[in-house]
Amino acid sequence: MEGRAVSSAGQGFAAGSVAAPGLSAKSEVWLWIAQRASAALLALYVLVHLATIIYAVRHGLSGAAILERTRGNAAGLAFYVLYVLAIAVHAPIGLRTLCQEWLGWRSASLNWFMAAVAVALFVFGLRAAWAVFI
Amino acid sequence: MKNDYRSRNHPAWWAFLLHRLSGLALSVFLPFHFWALGQALQGEARLDTLLRWTEQPLVKFAEIMLVLLLAAHLTGGMRLLALEFLPWRDWQKSLLAWAAGAALAAGLAFALAL
Repeated sequence: MEGRAVSSAGQGFAAGSVAAPGLSAKSEVWLWIAQRASAALLALYVLVHLATIIYAVRHGLSGAAILERTRGNAAGLAFYVLYVLAIAVHAPIGLRTLCQEWLGWRSASLNWFMAAVAVALFVFGLRAAWAVFI
Repeated sequence: MKNDYRSRNHPAWWAFLLHRLSGLALSVFLPFHFWALGQALQGEARLDTLLRWTEQPLVKFAEIMLVLLLAAHLTGGMRLLALEFLPWRDWQKSLLAWAAGAALAAGLAFALAL
């Protein structure tokens, strides 16, 4: 138990340090790759998002001012759809690792729960992008 | 237990903890963020009502904290990607300080723009 705790600390948040039942080692590797690939995309998206947030608060934060800048902006919609997709991949994989290491939740139900979280994030994120850009 | 303490009393452990906790906080915040943006479906007036609610000092403070956490998760994540995928260089030892500095700068830029 103590060894596992030390290993947890040392490996940081490496995905799948202890595999949950129901997922093969190969699937764990794919999750690890998906986590890193989405992180690389999100690095760019979050930089742009942070710049947009700072721009928005400096140039008017009323509903009208925001929607005037966003409505009909196809490039903005495409950017945020990809942003939401990357989030829907990245966040559940990170939460899954957290649940495994901190809560000891390692049953197959964890994988189903995180799959549901991914779908919910994607759907609600798309709805938000639709509301602001269409 | 002694080993546990020693392995955690290190800047890299605190960076790991901050990365994990900021990720958790951002994951909890996301559904509320998406819900708030979705209010635009009901028109500008509904969005304005929500924006007026965010004028409260406590909400403003929470917003600054969230931007800080987002910036910290971004810079901490970039540090991890550099550690994992780039060949080791001596300058990578300074990445922790660079990550913390960049996150603070982003949080400050947002706080001052408010």
